Amino acid sequence: MKSKFRWRLVLILFVLIGALIYCFPTLVKETPDWWPQFFPQDKIHLGLDLQGGMHLILEVETAKAVESAVERIKNDLKADLKKEQIFSTYLDRVQGNKIEVVLLNPEVKEKFDVYRKEKYPLLTEIESTQEGDRVKVLLELEPRYREDLEQSAVDQALETIRNRIDQFGVSEPEIARQGKDRILIQLPGIDDPQRAKELLGKTALLEFKLVDEDYSLQKALGGDMPFGDVILYQKVEDPKTGAVRRIPYLIQDKTLMTGDALKDARVSFDQNNMPYIALSLNPAGARNFDRLTAENVGRKLAIILDDNVYSAPVIRQRISGGEAVIEGRFTLDEAKDLAIILRAGSLPAPVQILEERTVGPSLGQDSINKGIKSIIIGGILVVIFMIIYYQLAGVVADLALIMNLIIIIGVLAAFRGTLTLPGIAGLVLTVGMAVDANVLIFERIREEVRLGKPPRAALETGYAKAFLTIMDANVTTFIAALVLLQFGTGPIKGFAVTLSIGIAASMFTAIVVTRFVFDLVLSKVRVKRLSI
Amino acid sequence: MKIIKSGTTIDFMGKRGGAFIISGILIIAAIVSLIAHGGPNYGIDFAGGTVIQVRFSQAVNPADIRESLKDAGLAGTVQRFGAEGVGEYLIRLQTTSSDLEGLSATINDALAKRFGGETFEIRRTEMVGPKVGKDLRTKGLQAIIFALIGILIYISWRFKFRFAVGAVAAIAHDVLITIGVFSLTNKEFSLPVLAALLTIVGYSLNDTIVVYDRIRENMGRMRREVFERTVNISVNETLSRTILTSGTTLIVVLVLFLMGGGVIHDFTFALLIGVIVGTYSSIFVASPLVVMWEKRFPAKGEKRRR
Repeated sequence: MKSKFRWRLVLILFVLIGALIYCFPTLVKETPDWWPQFFPQDKIHLGLDLQGGMHLILEVETAKAVESAVERIKNDLKADLKKEQIFSTYLDRVQGNKIEVVLLNPEVKEKFDVYRKEKYPLLTEIESTQEGDRVKVLLELEPRYREDLEQSAVDQALETIRNRIDQFGVSEPEIARQGKDRILIQLPGIDDPQRAKELLGKTALLEFKLVDEDYSLQKALGGDMPFGDVILYQKVEDPKTGAVRRIPYLIQDKTLMTGDALKDARVSFDQNNMPYIALSLNPAGARNFDRLTAENVGRKLAIILDDNVYSAPVIRQRISGGEAVIEGRFTLDEAKDLAIILRAGSLPAPVQILEERTVGPSLGQDSINKGIKSIIIGGILVVIFMIIYYQLAGVVADLALIMNLIIIIGVLAAFRGTLTLPGIAGLVLTVGMAVDANVLIFERIREEVRLGKPPRAALETGYAKAFLTIMDANVTTFIAALVLLQFGTGPIKGFAVTLSIGIAASMFTAIVVTRFVFDLVLSKVRVKRLSI
Repeated sequence: MKIIKSGTTIDFMGKRGGAFIISGILIIAAIVSLIAHGGPNYGIDFAGGTVIQVRFSQAVNPADIRESLKDAGLAGTVQRFGAEGVGEYLIRLQTTSSDLEGLSATINDALAKRFGGETFEIRRTEMVGPKVGKDLRTKGLQAIIFALIGILIYISWRFKFRFAVGAVAAIAHDVLITIGVFSLTNKEFSLPVLAALLTIVGYSLNDTIVVYDRIRENMGRMRREVFERTVNISVNETLSRTILTSGTTLIVVLVLFLMGGGVIHDFTFALLIGVIVGTYSSIFVASPLVVMWEKRFPAKGEKRRR
C-alpha cells in the first residue's frame, strides 16, 4: 500500500476500533469472559428519563438557620446581661433576625456597648434611639458572619442529605449544590418516590420535652394557654381504615435534649414483633439523660420529631445506661427510614421542594424501545435513500453514517456522557443531518463531472470546494449546541451532547473516511465513470 | 438519480414578493395569536405547575378522573395521552406543592378511591415551582440571545455584515413562526420545545450558509453579473442539495414524530415545523434579503474576504 494512505488508514482504524471497544459493553447484555479486564466495562449511562428515577431540586431555607442562630444568641445575651447586671426592660428577637434591647438609661447603654464589643463582637448596632430615660437598641448579625451561617447551613444540609441517601442505599445517586442555596438530587431507579421525598426532606429535629400534667389540656385547647406551654399533636393512623387521628398534648416548651445527643439509632422489635427505634446516646447525652430522668421520675417525657409527638412514655425510673427508645406503631419501612434520618442527623434548616420530576421504570423502558425503533427505521430509510440517489457513492456515505453512529455511542460511553430521550432524538437527528456533508460533497463532484473533469480531478475539486462550506455550516450548528449545553438541564443536556458529538463525528466520517475509500478505490481500479 | 435537473434557472429572486407576502401572513398570524393568548402557552417548565401521567389498565372516562380530583379539592385538566384506548392520561394542575406530602400522593389517593388501587400506575410526575419556572424562563431567553449573538459574530467574521443581517432575519422568521404554530395549535411551550428552537436556529442557519457560501464564491466568478442574478444562480445551484438534506432530515424527524412516543411529541413537532420553515426561509427569506440590502446600501469596492 502506498505510504500516503497509511497514516489515514491507521487513524481511521484507530478511531473505529476504539469506538467499537467502548460500544461493546453497551451492546451486549453482559461482557463475556474473554473480554479483557483492562478494557472498558461500563454501559452507557442512561438518564433518569430512560431508566426511571427521581430528580429533585431542594431549596434550603437559610433564613430559618439564621433565625435560629439569632434566637440562641438572644438567649445567651439575656442570661449574660442579667449576670453582668446590665439592666434592660425588654430583650427579644424582632423582624426575624434582629435583636431589640431596651436599656434602663444612657449609662447602662454605655456599659452595654463596652460589654457587647468585648463579648459579642458578632452583633452590630444598626440603630439606637432614646425614649425618655430608656435607650432602645437594634442589633443584627455581622453580615459576613450571617453569610457564613447561610453557607454552612447549605453545606450541612448537603452533607446530611448525602448521608441519608448513602444509608438508604441508592445506586449511583447524584447530589450536588446548585447556585447559592439549592441542592440537586438525582436518584436513579427509585420505585417509591414518596418515601424518598420524606426521607430527604424531613428536617428531623429530635427534641425531648416534658408533658405538662399540672394543667388541664381541655382548658389549654379552649385557648387558656399557660405561659411557656405549647400544644403538639401525635398522629395515629388506624391500621385498618387508614384514617388519621390527631392526639393533642400540652407540652412544656423547653427543650431538655436534642438529636445532637445521639450516637446511634437502630430498628428493633418488641415481644409483639412490632418495630421500634432503639437510641443509644453519646457520653454527654447519656449524662444529660441520666440527670433529666432522675429529676422527673413519674412524669411524661414527650419525644418530638419536627413538632410531631412520636411517643410520650412515663419516666418510671432513672435511666443511666444512655439508651432510650422511640415507639410509635411504625411500619417496618417507616421505622427503617426514621432510624436512617436519626443516624444521619437533622437538617440545619427546613428544605423546600422547588422542582420534582419522577419517571417510572416502565415509562423509561417504553421510551428506550421507541427511541431505538426510531433510530433503526429512520436510519434504514436514509440508508436506502442515499443508495438510490447516489448509487455506489451512496454506499460509501452509508458506511460513513454507520461509523458515525458507532463513534457517537463510543464517545458517549468513553466520556461517561448520559444518554437521555432527547439525546436519542439527537442521535436520530444526526443520522439525518450527517449525510448532509456527503450530500454537499457529492453534489459538488457531480457538478465537476458535468464540467467534463475526469473522475480523480472531479473528486479532488469536489472535496476541496465543499470543505469550507461544510465547516461554516457545522460551526453554526455547533454554536447552538454549545449554548444548549451550558443552559440545559438533564435531558436537554443529553440532547446537546449527542448533537455536538454527532457534528464532530460526521465531519470526520464524511470528509476523512469517505475520501479515503474513494482514493483507495481509484488507486486500485481504473475508473472511467464515477458511480455517483 | 436526480430530483432537481442540473442547470435549473428558477427565478427565486423574482418571486420574492410572493414569498414575503406568505411569510408576512404567517408572522402576523403568529403575532396575533400570541397577543390573543397573552404570550406563549407556557408549560409547567416555565409557568410552574404539576403534570402527572397515569396509565389505567383500561380506558376510562377523563371526566371521571376530573371528578375524582375535584373530590380531593384539586382543579385540573385531564387529557388523553397517546393513542386512543390505551388508557393513558395526562393530568395538569397549576398548583404546586413544596411540602413533602406532595400532590402526587394526594392524587394517587384520590384515584385509588374512585378506581381502585390496582387499576392504574403513575408513570411520570413533574412538578416545577413558580420560582424555578421564572428562572428557567430567564435562562431560556438568555440562551436564545447568546446563541444568536454567537452566530451573528461568526457570520460577520466569515461573511459580510449584510449576509449576517439576512441570516438573523431568517432565523427570527423561523423561530417566530414555530412559536406561532405552537400558539395557534394551543400546544405547550416547554423546555424541550425551547431546545428544539435552538436546534432549528442551528439547522436553518446551516441551510442558509450553504447558499451564502455559493453566493460568495459566485461573486468572485461573476463580477460582471448583476448581484441579484448571481444570488439567483447560487440558489439554483444549491437547490438540489438543499432539498436532499432537508429531505433526509425530514424523514428522520417524521419518524421521530410518529414513533418517538408522547414524551417527546412536542419536541419533535417543533423540529418538524422548524425544518420545513427553515428550508423555505433559506431560499425565500435569507437570500432575497441580502439582495434587497445590497440594493438599498450598495457595497462599493469591497474586497472579498475569506
